[in-house]
Amino acid sequence: MNLVRRLPLVIGGTIVALTVLIAIFGPMLAPHDPFTQDLGQRFIPPVWLHGGSWRHPLGTDQLGRDYLSRLLLGIRISLEIGLTTVILSGLIGTTLGVLGGYFGGRIDSVVLFVISCRLAIPLILVALTVVFLVGSSLTVVMLTIGLLLWERFAVVSRAATRQVMSMEYVAAAWCAGCSRLRVVLGEVLPNIVNHMIVVATNDMAVAILLAAALSFLGLGVPPPLPSLGLMIAEAKDYMFFTPWVIEVPGIALCVLAFGINLFGDGLRDALGAERG
Amino acid sequence: MLRFLLRSLLLGALVCISVLIASFILSRASGNLAINIAGPDASPAAILKIQHELGLDRPLPVQFLDWADRAAHGDLGESFLFHEKVSSLIATHFPITFRLGMLAIAIAIVIALPLGITAALWEGAALDVAIGAVAMLGQAVPSFWLGLILIVWFGIDLRWLPIAGVDTWPGYILPAIVLSFVAIPVMLRLTRGGMVDALRADYVRTARAKGLSRTTIVLKHALRNAAMPVVAVAAVQLGFILGGSVVVEVVFNIHGVGYLAWESIGKGDFPVVQAVVLLFALIFVGLTMLSEMVGALLDPRVRGH
Repeated sequence: MNLVRRLPLVIGGTIVALTVLIAIFGPMLAPHDPFTQDLGQRFIPPVWLHGGSWRHPLGTDQLGRDYLSRLLLGIRISLEIGLTTVILSGLIGTTLGVLGGYFGGRIDSVVLFVISCRLAIPLILVALTVVFLVGSSLTVVMLTIGLLLWERFAVVSRAATRQVMSMEYVAAAWCAGCSRLRVVLGEVLPNIVNHMIVVATNDMAVAILLAAALSFLGLGVPPPLPSLGLMIAEAKDYMFFTPWVIEVPGIALCVLAFGINLFGDGLRDALGAERG
Repeated sequence: MLRFLLRSLLLGALVCISVLIASFILSRASGNLAINIAGPDASPAAILKIQHELGLDRPLPVQFLDWADRAAHGDLGESFLFHEKVSSLIATHFPITFRLGMLAIAIAIVIALPLGITAALWEGAALDVAIGAVAMLGQAVPSFWLGLILIVWFGIDLRWLPIAGVDTWPGYILPAIVLSFVAIPVMLRLTRGGMVDALRADYVRTARAKGLSRTTIVLKHALRNAAMPVVAVAAVQLGFILGGSVVVEVVFNIHGVGYLAWESIGKGDFPVVQAVVLLFALIFVGLTMLSEMVGALLDPRVRGH
Protein backbone atom coordinates (compact mmCIF):
# COMPACT_ATOMS: atom_id res chain seq x y z
CA MET A 1 0.00 0.00 0.00
CA ASN A 2 1.62 3.23 -1.08
CA LEU A 3 1.37 6.53 0.71
CA VAL A 4 -1.28 8.07 -1.56
CA ARG A 5 -3.58 5.12 -1.00
CA ARG A 6 -3.04 5.28 2.73
CA LEU A 7 -3.65 9.02 2.89
CA PRO A 8 -7.46 8.82 3.33
CA LEU A 9 -7.07 6.48 6.29
CA VAL A 10 -4.45 8.72 7.91
CA ILE A 11 -6.28 12.04 7.42
CA GLY A 12 -9.71 10.60 8.15
CA GLY A 13 -8.40 8.68 11.13
CA THR A 14 -6.79 11.83 12.55
CA ILE A 15 -10.03 13.79 12.23
CA VAL A 16 -12.04 10.99 13.79
CA ALA A 17 -9.53 10.58 16.64
CA LEU A 18 -9.56 14.33 17.31
CA THR A 19 -13.36 14.33 17.31
CA VAL A 20 -13.48 11.49 19.78
CA LEU A 21 -11.01 13.31 22.03
CA ILE A 22 -13.15 16.45 21.78
CA ALA A 23 -16.25 14.44 22.59
CA ILE A 24 -14.62 13.02 25.71
CA PHE A 25 -12.60 15.98 26.95
CA GLY A 26 -14.31 18.86 25.11
CA PRO A 27 -16.45 20.12 27.99
CA MET A 28 -13.30 20.19 30.18
CA LEU A 29 -11.36 22.13 27.56
CA ALA A 30 -14.15 24.63 26.98
CA PRO A 31 -13.05 28.10 28.10
CA HIS A 32 -16.56 29.12 29.21
CA ASP A 33 -19.87 27.57 30.15
CA PRO A 34 -21.71 26.84 26.87
CA PHE A 35 -25.05 27.95 28.31
CA THR A 36 -24.12 31.18 30.09
CA GLN A 37 -25.65 34.17 28.31
CA ASP A 38 -24.15 37.63 28.38
CA LEU A 39 -26.16 40.09 26.34
CA GLY A 40 -23.43 42.71 26.70
CA GLN A 41 -21.06 40.40 24.81
CA ARG A 42 -23.16 39.55 21.73
CA PHE A 43 -21.60 38.83 18.31
CA ILE A 44 -17.96 39.25 19.30
CA PRO A 45 -16.20 38.11 16.12
CA PRO A 46 -13.71 35.23 16.11
CA VAL A 47 -10.07 35.98 16.82
CA TRP A 48 -8.98 36.17 13.13
CA LEU A 49 -11.48 38.93 12.33
CA HIS A 50 -11.23 42.59 13.28
CA GLY A 51 -12.45 43.08 16.83
CA GLY A 52 -11.90 39.49 17.93
CA SER A 53 -9.99 38.48 21.01
CA TRP A 54 -8.52 35.33 22.53
CA ARG A 55 -11.08 35.56 25.32
CA HIS A 56 -13.60 34.13 22.84
CA PRO A 57 -11.45 32.42 20.14
CA LEU A 58 -14.49 31.63 17.94
CA GLY A 59 -16.50 34.65 19.07
CA THR A 60 -19.92 34.71 20.73
CA ASP A 61 -23.44 34.09 19.43
CA GLN A 62 -26.62 36.17 19.45
CA LEU A 63 -27.04 35.61 23.19
CA GLY A 64 -23.41 36.26 24.05
CA ARG A 65 -22.60 32.59 24.62
CA ASP A 66 -19.04 31.48 23.89
CA TYR A 67 -19.02 29.88 20.43
CA LEU A 68 -16.01 27.62 21.00
CA SER A 69 -17.52 26.12 24.14
CA ARG A 70 -20.81 25.52 22.34
CA LEU A 71 -19.03 24.05 19.34
CA LEU A 72 -17.09 21.58 21.50
CA LEU A 73 -20.32 20.40 23.14
CA GLY A 74 -22.04 20.38 19.73
CA ILE A 75 -19.41 18.04 18.29
CA ARG A 76 -19.92 15.73 21.26
CA ILE A 77 -23.69 15.70 20.66
CA SER A 78 -23.19 15.02 16.94
CA LEU A 79 -20.89 12.11 17.67
CA GLU A 80 -23.34 10.77 20.24
CA ILE A 81 -26.13 10.93 17.65
CA GLY A 82 -23.94 9.28 15.02
CA LEU A 83 -22.80 6.42 17.26
CA THR A 84 -26.19 5.58 18.80
CA THR A 85 -27.92 5.77 15.45
CA VAL A 86 -25.43 3.53 13.72
CA ILE A 87 -25.54 0.92 16.48
CA LEU A 88 -29.34 0.80 16.29
CA SER A 89 -29.63 0.84 12.51
CA GLY A 90 -26.70 -1.58 12.22
CA LEU A 91 -28.51 -4.10 14.42
CA ILE A 92 -31.76 -3.78 12.46
CA GLY A 93 -30.18 -3.72 9.01
CA THR A 94 -27.67 -6.50 9.59
CA THR A 95 -30.30 -8.78 11.13
CA LEU A 96 -32.58 -8.27 8.12
CA GLY A 97 -29.78 -8.64 5.60
CA VAL A 98 -28.31 -11.78 7.16
CA LEU A 99 -31.79 -13.33 7.42
CA GLY A 100 -32.45 -12.70 3.74
CA GLY A 101 -29.00 -13.73 2.57
CA TYR A 102 -28.87 -16.84 4.76
CA PHE A 103 -32.29 -18.33 4.11
CA GLY A 104 -32.90 -17.03 0.60
CA GLY A 105 -36.20 -17.95 -1.05
CA ARG A 106 -39.38 -16.58 0.47
CA ILE A 107 -37.70 -15.00 3.50
CA ASP A 108 -35.33 -13.18 1.16
CA SER A 109 -38.29 -11.88 -0.87
CA VAL A 110 -39.84 -10.51 2.30
CA VAL A 111 -36.56 -8.83 3.27
CA LEU A 112 -36.24 -7.29 -0.19
CA PHE A 113 -39.82 -6.06 0.05
CA VAL A 114 -39.18 -4.42 3.43
CA ILE A 115 -36.08 -2.73 2.01
CA SER A 116 -38.10 -1.46 -0.97
CA CYS A 117 -40.71 -0.02 1.37
CA ARG A 118 -38.08 1.73 3.42
CA LEU A 119 -36.52 3.23 0.28
CA ALA A 120 -39.89 4.52 -0.88
CA ILE A 121 -40.43 6.42 2.38
CA PRO A 122 -39.26 10.04 2.15
CA LEU A 123 -36.76 9.99 5.01
CA ILE A 124 -36.80 13.61 6.14
CA LEU A 125 -40.59 13.98 6.03
CA VAL A 126 -41.23 10.87 8.08
CA ALA A 127 -38.48 11.74 10.57
CA LEU A 128 -39.94 15.23 10.95
CA THR A 129 -43.43 13.81 11.50
CA VAL A 130 -42.23 11.34 14.13
CA VAL A 131 -40.26 13.98 16.02
CA PHE A 132 -43.23 16.34 15.84
CA LEU A 133 -45.59 13.71 17.25
CA VAL A 134 -43.36 12.30 19.96
CA GLY A 135 -41.80 15.61 20.93
CA SER A 136 -38.26 16.70 20.20
CA SER A 137 -35.48 15.52 22.44
CA LEU A 138 -32.01 14.14 21.83
CA THR A 139 -33.21 10.58 22.50
CA VAL A 140 -36.16 10.87 20.13
CA VAL A 141 -33.94 12.20 17.34
CA MET A 142 -31.44 9.38 17.80
CA LEU A 143 -34.12 6.68 17.91
CA THR A 144 -35.99 8.08 14.91
CA ILE A 145 -32.95 8.26 12.68
CA GLY A 146 -31.69 4.90 13.93
CA LEU A 147 -35.01 3.24 13.12
CA LEU A 148 -35.06 4.73 9.63
CA LEU A 149 -31.49 4.56 8.40
CA TRP A 150 -30.83 0.82 8.21
CA GLU A 151 -31.36 0.18 4.50
CA ARG A 152 -27.72 0.27 3.46
CA PHE A 153 -26.78 -2.11 6.28
CA ALA A 154 -29.50 -4.47 5.05
CA VAL A 155 -28.54 -4.25 1.37
CA VAL A 156 -24.81 -4.74 1.96
CA SER A 157 -25.12 -7.46 4.63
CA ARG A 158 -27.57 -9.36 2.45
CA ALA A 159 -25.20 -9.33 -0.51
CA ALA A 160 -22.18 -10.18 1.65
CA THR A 161 -24.03 -13.03 3.38
CA ARG A 162 -25.05 -14.53 0.04
CA GLN A 163 -21.44 -14.44 -1.02
CA VAL A 164 -20.22 -16.06 2.20
CA MET A 165 -22.88 -18.78 1.96
CA SER A 166 -21.43 -19.95 -1.35
CA MET A 167 -17.99 -20.42 0.20
CA GLU A 168 -16.47 -23.81 0.85
CA TYR A 169 -15.83 -23.13 4.52
CA VAL A 170 -19.57 -22.79 5.09
CA ALA A 171 -20.12 -26.14 3.40
CA ALA A 172 -17.37 -27.52 5.60
CA ALA A 173 -19.10 -26.16 8.69
CA TRP A 174 -22.33 -27.87 7.61
CA CYS A 175 -20.49 -31.14 7.12
CA ALA A 176 -18.94 -30.81 10.54
CA GLY A 177 -22.50 -30.71 11.91
CA CYS A 178 -22.64 -27.09 13.01
CA SER A 179 -26.07 -25.68 13.90
CA ARG A 180 -27.63 -22.78 11.98
CA LEU A 181 -26.87 -20.36 14.79
CA ARG A 182 -23.27 -21.53 14.89
CA VAL A 183 -22.87 -21.07 11.13
CA VAL A 184 -24.29 -17.52 11.37
CA LEU A 185 -22.25 -16.53 14.41
CA GLY A 186 -19.07 -18.44 13.58
CA GLU A 187 -18.86 -18.24 9.77
CA VAL A 188 -21.17 -15.54 8.38
CA LEU A 189 -20.81 -12.66 10.83
CA PRO A 190 -17.00 -12.69 11.13
CA ASN A 191 -16.75 -12.63 7.34
CA ILE A 192 -19.16 -9.76 6.73
CA VAL A 193 -18.07 -7.54 9.63
CA ASN A 194 -15.59 -5.63 7.45
CA HIS A 195 -18.34 -4.60 5.08
CA MET A 196 -20.50 -3.57 8.02
CA ILE A 197 -17.78 -1.35 9.48
CA VAL A 198 -17.47 0.51 6.19
CA VAL A 199 -21.24 1.00 5.96
CA ALA A 200 -21.28 2.11 9.59
CA THR A 201 -18.79 4.92 9.02
CA ASN A 202 -20.61 6.24 5.96
CA ASP A 203 -24.00 5.98 7.62
CA MET A 204 -22.67 7.74 10.69
CA ALA A 205 -21.83 10.78 8.58
CA VAL A 206 -25.28 10.58 6.97
CA ALA A 207 -26.96 10.37 10.40
CA ILE A 208 -25.03 13.39 11.71
CA LEU A 209 -25.99 15.48 8.68
CA LEU A 210 -29.59 14.28 8.88
CA ALA A 211 -29.83 15.20 12.56
CA ALA A 212 -28.43 18.62 11.71
CA ALA A 213 -31.05 19.04 8.97
CA LEU A 214 -33.81 18.11 11.43
CA SER A 215 -32.46 20.67 13.89
CA PHE A 216 -32.42 23.24 11.13
CA LEU A 217 -36.04 22.48 10.25
CA GLY A 218 -37.00 23.09 13.86
CA LEU A 219 -37.69 19.48 14.83
CA GLY A 220 -34.37 18.19 16.08
CA VAL A 221 -32.35 18.47 19.25
CA PRO A 222 -34.16 21.13 21.31
CA PRO A 223 -32.49 24.35 22.49
CA PRO A 224 -30.54 25.36 24.48
CA LEU A 225 -28.49 22.24 23.65
CA PRO A 226 -25.88 23.33 21.10
CA SER A 227 -26.21 20.78 18.30
CA LEU A 228 -24.30 21.94 15.24
CA GLY A 229 -27.47 22.08 13.13
CA LEU A 230 -29.29 24.11 15.75
CA MET A 231 -26.37 26.54 16.02
CA ILE A 232 -26.68 27.20 12.28
CA ALA A 233 -30.47 27.48 12.50
CA GLU A 234 -30.32 29.95 15.37
CA ALA A 235 -27.61 32.02 13.71
CA LYS A 236 -29.14 32.17 10.24
CA ASP A 237 -31.16 35.33 10.97
CA TYR A 238 -27.89 37.18 11.53
CA MET A 239 -25.84 35.69 8.67
CA PHE A 240 -26.28 38.75 6.45
CA PHE A 241 -24.45 40.95 8.95
CA THR A 242 -22.03 38.45 10.47
CA PRO A 243 -21.58 35.51 8.09
CA TRP A 244 -19.11 33.78 10.40
CA VAL A 245 -21.96 32.82 12.76
CA ILE A 246 -23.06 30.19 10.25
CA GLU A 247 -19.63 29.55 8.76
CA VAL A 248 -18.04 28.34 12.00
CA PRO A 249 -20.53 25.57 12.94
CA GLY A 250 -21.06 24.69 9.27
CA ILE A 251 -17.38 24.12 8.63
CA ALA A 252 -17.15 22.05 11.80
CA LEU A 253 -20.02 19.91 10.52
CA CYS A 254 -18.36 19.50 7.10
CA VAL A 255 -15.00 18.56 8.58
CA LEU A 256 -16.67 16.04 10.88
CA ALA A 257 -18.68 14.37 8.09
CA PHE A 258 -15.75 14.54 5.66
CA GLY A 259 -13.36 13.00 8.21
CA ILE A 260 -15.71 10.13 9.00
CA ASN A 261 -16.34 9.42 5.30
CA LEU A 262 -12.64 9.57 4.51
CA PHE A 263 -11.91 7.23 7.41
CA GLY A 264 -14.55 4.82 6.09
CA ASP A 265 -13.06 4.91 2.60
CA GLY A 266 -9.57 4.33 3.97
CA LEU A 267 -10.87 1.41 6.03
CA ARG A 268 -12.58 -0.03 2.96
CA ASP A 269 -9.32 -0.07 1.07
CA ALA A 270 -7.40 -1.40 4.05
CA LEU A 271 -9.95 -4.13 4.81
CA GLY A 272 -10.61 -4.95 1.18
CA ALA A 273 -14.37 -4.47 1.56
CA GLU A 274 -16.70 -3.18 -1.13
CA ARG A 275 -18.65 0.04 -1.08
CA GLY A 276 -22.36 -0.56 -0.51
CA MET B 1 -40.56 -9.80 -20.37
CA LEU B 2 -44.30 -9.54 -19.63
CA ARG B 3 -43.85 -11.62 -16.47
CA PHE B 4 -41.03 -9.37 -15.38
CA LEU B 5 -43.19 -6.31 -15.99
CA LEU B 6 -46.14 -7.72 -14.05
CA ARG B 7 -43.94 -8.77 -11.16
CA SER B 8 -42.34 -5.36 -10.74
CA LEU B 9 -45.73 -3.67 -11.14
CA LEU B 10 -47.23 -5.85 -8.41
CA LEU B 11 -44.25 -5.27 -6.12
CA GLY B 12 -44.45 -1.52 -6.70
CA ALA B 13 -48.16 -1.49 -5.85
CA LEU B 14 -47.53 -3.49 -2.67
CA VAL B 15 -44.76 -1.11 -1.62
CA CYS B 16 -47.04 1.89 -2.15
CA ILE B 17 -49.85 0.31 -0.13
CA SER B 18 -47.45 -0.48 2.72
CA VAL B 19 -46.09 3.06 2.76
CA LEU B 20 -49.68 4.29 2.73
CA ILE B 21 -50.65 2.18 5.75
CA ALA B 22 -47.47 3.18 7.60
CA SER B 23 -48.00 6.89 6.99
CA PHE B 24 -51.65 6.59 7.97
CA ILE B 25 -50.84 4.86 11.26
CA LEU B 26 -48.12 7.43 11.88
CA SER B 27 -50.43 10.38 11.31
CA ARG B 28 -53.12 8.99 13.59
CA ALA B 29 -50.71 7.80 16.26
CA SER B 30 -50.71 11.13 18.03
CA GLY B 31 -54.39 11.01 18.96
CA ASN B 32 -54.49 14.78 19.40
CA LEU B 33 -55.40 15.72 15.83
CA ALA B 34 -58.67 17.31 16.94
CA ILE B 35 -56.94 19.24 19.72
CA ASN B 36 -54.47 20.53 17.16
CA ILE B 37 -57.24 21.85 14.97
CA ALA B 38 -59.40 23.21 17.76
CA GLY B 39 -56.54 25.10 19.30
CA PRO B 40 -55.22 25.06 22.86
CA ASP B 41 -58.18 26.89 24.42
CA ALA B 42 -60.97 24.74 22.99
CA SER B 43 -63.50 23.13 25.31
CA PRO B 44 -63.71 19.32 25.46
CA ALA B 45 -67.12 19.49 23.79
CA ALA B 46 -65.72 21.46 20.86
CA ILE B 47 -62.91 18.93 20.47
CA LEU B 48 -65.39 16.06 20.46
CA LYS B 49 -67.46 17.87 17.85
CA ILE B 50 -64.45 18.29 15.57
CA GLN B 51 -63.51 14.67 16.14
CA HIS B 52 -66.94 13.60 15.04
CA GLU B 53 -67.06 15.93 12.04
CA LEU B 54 -63.74 14.62 10.71
CA GLY B 55 -64.67 11.05 11.49
CA LEU B 56 -61.74 10.72 13.88
CA ASP B 57 -63.89 8.89 16.44
CA ARG B 58 -64.32 5.87 14.21
CA PRO B 59 -62.07 2.76 14.46
CA LEU B 60 -58.71 3.18 12.68
CA PRO B 61 -59.20 0.47 10.02
CA VAL B 62 -62.54 2.05 9.05
CA GLN B 63 -60.90 5.47 8.79
CA PHE B 64 -58.12 4.02 6.68
CA LEU B 65 -60.36 2.17 4.25
CA ASP B 66 -62.53 5.23 3.90
CA TRP B 67 -59.49 7.40 3.18
CA ALA B 68 -57.96 4.87 0.78
CA ASP B 69 -61.26 4.52 -1.08
CA ARG B 70 -61.51 8.26 -1.56
CA ALA B 71 -57.83 8.55 -2.45
CA ALA B 72 -58.31 5.94 -5.16
CA HIS B 73 -60.98 8.22 -6.61
CA GLY B 74 -58.65 11.19 -6.56
CA ASP B 75 -60.07 12.73 -3.40
CA LEU B 76 -57.25 13.14 -0.89
CA GLY B 77 -59.41 14.92 1.65
CA GLU B 78 -59.33 18.47 2.82
CA SER B 79 -56.54 20.29 4.57
CA PHE B 80 -57.37 21.02 8.22
CA LEU B 81 -55.75 24.42 8.05
CA PHE B 82 -55.98 25.74 4.51
CA HIS B 83 -59.59 24.56 4.14
CA GLU B 84 -58.78 23.58 0.61
CA LYS B 85 -58.74 20.25 -1.21
CA VAL B 86 -55.42 18.48 -0.62
CA SER B 87 -55.32 17.44 -4.27
CA SER B 88 -55.54 21.04 -5.46
CA LEU B 89 -52.92 22.13 -2.92
CA ILE B 90 -50.56 19.51 -4.31
CA ALA B 91 -51.45 20.38 -7.89
CA THR B 92 -50.38 23.98 -7.32
CA HIS B 93 -47.22 23.15 -5.35
CA PHE B 94 -45.86 20.11 -7.16
CA PRO B 95 -44.86 21.73 -10.49
CA ILE B 96 -42.41 23.95 -8.59
CA THR B 97 -40.75 20.97 -6.88
CA PHE B 98 -40.75 19.08 -10.17
CA ARG B 99 -38.99 21.87 -12.07
CA LEU B 100 -36.49 22.19 -9.25
CA GLY B 101 -35.81 18.42 -9.26
CA MET B 102 -35.41 18.21 -13.03
CA LEU B 103 -33.01 21.12 -13.10
CA ALA B 104 -31.04 19.59 -10.21
CA ILE B 105 -30.70 16.20 -11.90
CA ALA B 106 -29.66 17.91 -15.15
CA ILE B 107 -26.94 19.84 -13.29
CA ALA B 108 -25.86 16.62 -11.56
CA ILE B 109 -25.49 14.80 -14.90
CA VAL B 110 -23.64 17.68 -16.53
CA ILE B 111 -21.15 17.80 -13.66
CA ALA B 112 -20.86 14.11 -12.73
CA LEU B 113 -20.42 12.58 -16.21
CA PRO B 114 -17.37 14.59 -17.39
CA LEU B 115 -15.73 14.42 -13.96
CA GLY B 116 -16.32 10.66 -13.77
CA ILE B 117 -14.89 10.13 -17.25
CA THR B 118 -11.86 12.29 -16.46
CA ALA B 119 -11.22 10.39 -13.25
CA ALA B 120 -11.45 7.06 -15.08
CA LEU B 121 -9.06 8.16 -17.84
CA TRP B 122 -6.46 9.14 -15.25
CA GLU B 123 -7.24 6.25 -12.92
CA GLY B 124 -4.95 6.21 -9.90
CA ALA B 125 -3.29 9.50 -10.81
CA ALA B 126 -3.41 12.68 -8.75
CA LEU B 127 -6.33 14.04 -10.81
CA ASP B 128 -8.38 10.93 -10.03
CA VAL B 129 -7.65 11.25 -6.32
CA ALA B 130 -8.51 14.97 -6.41
CA ILE B 131 -11.87 14.34 -8.12
CA GLY B 132 -12.62 11.61 -5.60
CA ALA B 133 -11.84 14.00 -2.76
CA VAL B 134 -14.10 16.69 -4.24
CA ALA B 135 -16.93 14.16 -4.52
CA MET B 136 -16.45 13.16 -0.92
CA LEU B 137 -16.39 16.78 0.20
CA GLY B 138 -19.65 17.32 -1.67
CA GLN B 139 -21.14 14.45 0.31
CA ALA B 140 -20.03 16.01 3.60
CA VAL B 141 -21.59 19.43 3.03
CA PRO B 142 -24.99 19.72 4.71
CA SER B 143 -27.40 20.99 2.05
CA PHE B 144 -29.15 23.55 4.25
CA TRP B 145 -25.81 25.09 5.16
CA LEU B 146 -24.61 25.12 1.56
CA GLY B 147 -27.83 26.88 0.65
CA LEU B 148 -27.29 29.56 3.29
CA ILE B 149 -23.67 30.09 2.25
CA LEU B 150 -24.63 30.41 -1.43
CA ILE B 151 -27.32 32.93 -0.44
CA VAL B 152 -24.72 35.00 1.39
CA TRP B 153 -22.14 34.77 -1.42
CA PHE B 154 -24.19 35.02 -4.61
CA GLY B 155 -27.29 36.71 -3.31
CA ILE B 156 -25.95 39.28 -0.87
CA ASP B 157 -22.24 39.83 -1.55
CA LEU B 158 -22.27 39.56 -5.35
CA ARG B 159 -25.98 40.26 -5.93
CA TRP B 160 -26.00 37.92 -8.94
CA LEU B 161 -29.00 35.78 -8.13
CA PRO B 162 -32.25 36.05 -6.18
CA ILE B 163 -32.01 34.68 -2.65
CA ALA B 164 -35.55 33.46 -2.10
CA GLY B 165 -38.63 32.37 -4.01
CA VAL B 166 -38.97 31.31 -7.64
CA ASP B 167 -40.95 34.19 -9.10
CA THR B 168 -38.37 34.42 -11.87
CA TRP B 169 -36.42 31.51 -13.33
CA PRO B 170 -32.99 32.55 -11.95
CA GLY B 171 -34.54 31.83 -8.56
CA TYR B 172 -34.25 28.11 -9.39
CA ILE B 173 -30.50 28.21 -9.99
CA LEU B 174 -29.09 28.29 -6.45
CA PRO B 175 -31.54 25.76 -4.96
CA ALA B 176 -31.04 23.41 -7.92
CA ILE B 177 -27.26 23.55 -7.46
CA VAL B 178 -27.65 22.69 -3.77
CA LEU B 179 -30.03 19.82 -4.58
CA SER B 180 -27.73 18.44 -7.27
CA PHE B 181 -25.11 17.82 -4.57
CA VAL B 182 -27.30 14.95 -3.35
CA ALA B 183 -26.79 13.02 -6.59
CA ILE B 184 -23.37 14.13 -7.84
CA PRO B 185 -21.12 11.90 -5.66
CA VAL B 186 -23.09 8.72 -6.42
CA MET B 187 -23.30 9.39 -10.15
CA LEU B 188 -19.68 10.43 -10.36
CA ARG B 189 -18.46 7.21 -8.70
CA LEU B 190 -20.71 5.12 -10.89
CA THR B 191 -19.51 6.81 -14.09
CA ARG B 192 -15.90 6.40 -13.03
CA GLY B 193 -16.38 2.74 -12.11
CA GLY B 194 -18.23 1.98 -15.34
CA MET B 195 -15.62 3.76 -17.46
CA VAL B 196 -12.72 2.01 -15.74
CA ASP B 197 -14.33 -1.36 -16.49
CA ALA B 198 -15.25 -0.37 -20.05
CA LEU B 199 -11.77 0.90 -20.86
CA ARG B 200 -10.39 -2.51 -19.87
CA ALA B 201 -12.95 -4.42 -21.95
CA ASP B 202 -12.15 -6.37 -25.07
CA TYR B 203 -14.17 -4.18 -27.41
CA VAL B 204 -12.11 -1.15 -26.42
CA ARG B 205 -8.93 -3.07 -27.13
CA THR B 206 -10.37 -4.07 -30.50
CA ALA B 207 -11.25 -0.45 -31.25
CA ARG B 208 -7.75 0.57 -30.29
CA ALA B 209 -6.28 -2.14 -32.53
CA LYS B 210 -8.36 -0.80 -35.41
CA GLY B 211 -6.51 2.46 -34.92
CA LEU B 212 -9.46 4.59 -33.85
CA SER B 213 -8.68 7.86 -32.17
CA ARG B 214 -8.71 8.10 -28.40
CA THR B 215 -11.67 10.50 -28.43
CA THR B 216 -13.75 8.13 -30.53
CA ILE B 217 -12.93 5.20 -28.33
CA VAL B 218 -13.74 7.03 -25.11
CA LEU B 219 -16.89 8.82 -26.22
CA LYS B 220 -18.36 6.26 -28.61
CA HIS B 221 -17.34 2.87 -27.35
CA ALA B 222 -16.60 3.13 -23.66
CA LEU B 223 -19.07 5.84 -22.65
CA ARG B 224 -22.00 4.16 -24.37
CA ASN B 225 -21.56 1.13 -22.15
CA ALA B 226 -20.65 3.00 -19.01
CA ALA B 227 -23.54 5.44 -19.28
CA MET B 228 -26.34 2.86 -19.03
CA PRO B 229 -26.16 2.24 -15.27
CA VAL B 230 -25.73 5.99 -14.76
CA VAL B 231 -28.98 6.71 -16.59
CA ALA B 232 -30.74 4.04 -14.53
CA VAL B 233 -29.38 5.49 -11.31
CA ALA B 234 -30.26 9.02 -12.39
CA ALA B 235 -33.93 8.02 -12.28
CA VAL B 236 -33.62 6.69 -8.74
CA GLN B 237 -31.58 9.71 -7.69
CA LEU B 238 -34.34 11.98 -8.98
CA GLY B 239 -36.57 10.28 -6.43
CA PHE B 240 -34.08 11.02 -3.66
CA ILE B 241 -33.71 14.60 -4.86
CA LEU B 242 -37.46 15.20 -4.72
CA GLY B 243 -37.58 13.71 -1.23
CA GLY B 244 -34.64 15.87 -0.16
CA SER B 245 -36.18 19.02 -1.59
CA VAL B 246 -37.86 19.75 1.77
CA VAL B 247 -34.70 21.24 3.25
CA VAL B 248 -33.77 23.26 0.18
CA GLU B 249 -37.28 24.60 -0.28
CA VAL B 250 -37.33 25.78 3.32
CA VAL B 251 -33.90 27.43 3.01
CA PHE B 252 -34.84 29.28 -0.18
CA ASN B 253 -38.44 29.90 0.82
CA ILE B 254 -39.75 28.09 -2.25
CA HIS B 255 -43.35 26.99 -1.90
CA GLY B 256 -43.18 23.54 -3.46
CA VAL B 257 -44.58 20.31 -1.99
CA GLY B 258 -41.61 19.93 0.35
CA TYR B 259 -42.25 23.31 1.91
CA LEU B 260 -45.96 22.53 2.02
CA ALA B 261 -45.28 19.27 3.89
CA TRP B 262 -42.89 20.96 6.32
CA GLU B 263 -45.42 23.65 7.09
CA SER B 264 -48.17 21.07 7.50
CA ILE B 265 -46.13 18.86 9.85
CA GLY B 266 -45.46 21.83 12.14
CA LYS B 267 -49.18 22.54 12.34
CA GLY B 268 -50.40 18.97 12.59
CA ASP B 269 -52.21 19.16 9.24
CA PHE B 270 -51.94 15.44 8.53
CA PRO B 271 -54.09 14.96 5.43
CA VAL B 272 -51.54 17.10 3.58
CA VAL B 273 -48.51 15.32 5.08
CA GLN B 274 -50.00 11.94 4.25
CA ALA B 275 -50.68 12.97 0.67
CA VAL B 276 -47.14 14.30 0.16
CA VAL B 277 -45.58 11.14 1.64
CA LEU B 278 -47.77 9.09 -0.70
CA LEU B 279 -46.81 11.29 -3.65
CA PHE B 280 -43.08 10.91 -2.97
CA ALA B 281 -43.47 7.15 -2.48
CA LEU B 282 -45.38 6.82 -5.77
CA ILE B 283 -42.77 8.85 -7.63
CA PHE B 284 -39.92 6.85 -6.13
CA VAL B 285 -41.52 3.50 -6.90
CA GLY B 286 -42.40 4.67 -10.41
CA LEU B 287 -38.88 5.87 -11.12
CA THR B 288 -37.32 2.69 -9.70
CA MET B 289 -39.56 0.58 -11.89
CA LEU B 290 -38.76 2.72 -14.90
CA SER B 291 -35.04 2.29 -14.36
CA GLU B 292 -35.46 -1.47 -13.87
CA MET B 293 -37.41 -1.74 -17.10
CA VAL B 294 -34.88 0.28 -19.04
CA GLY B 295 -32.22 -1.98 -17.58
CA ALA B 296 -34.15 -5.09 -18.58
CA LEU B 297 -34.71 -3.80 -22.10
CA LEU B 298 -31.03 -3.06 -22.52
CA ASP B 299 -29.68 -6.11 -20.76
CA PRO B 300 -31.50 -9.42 -21.34
CA ARG B 301 -29.63 -11.00 -18.41
CA VAL B 302 -31.69 -9.02 -15.90
CA ARG B 303 -35.01 -10.46 -17.09
CA GLY B 304 -34.19 -13.95 -15.91
CA HIS B 305 -34.12 -12.99 -12.23
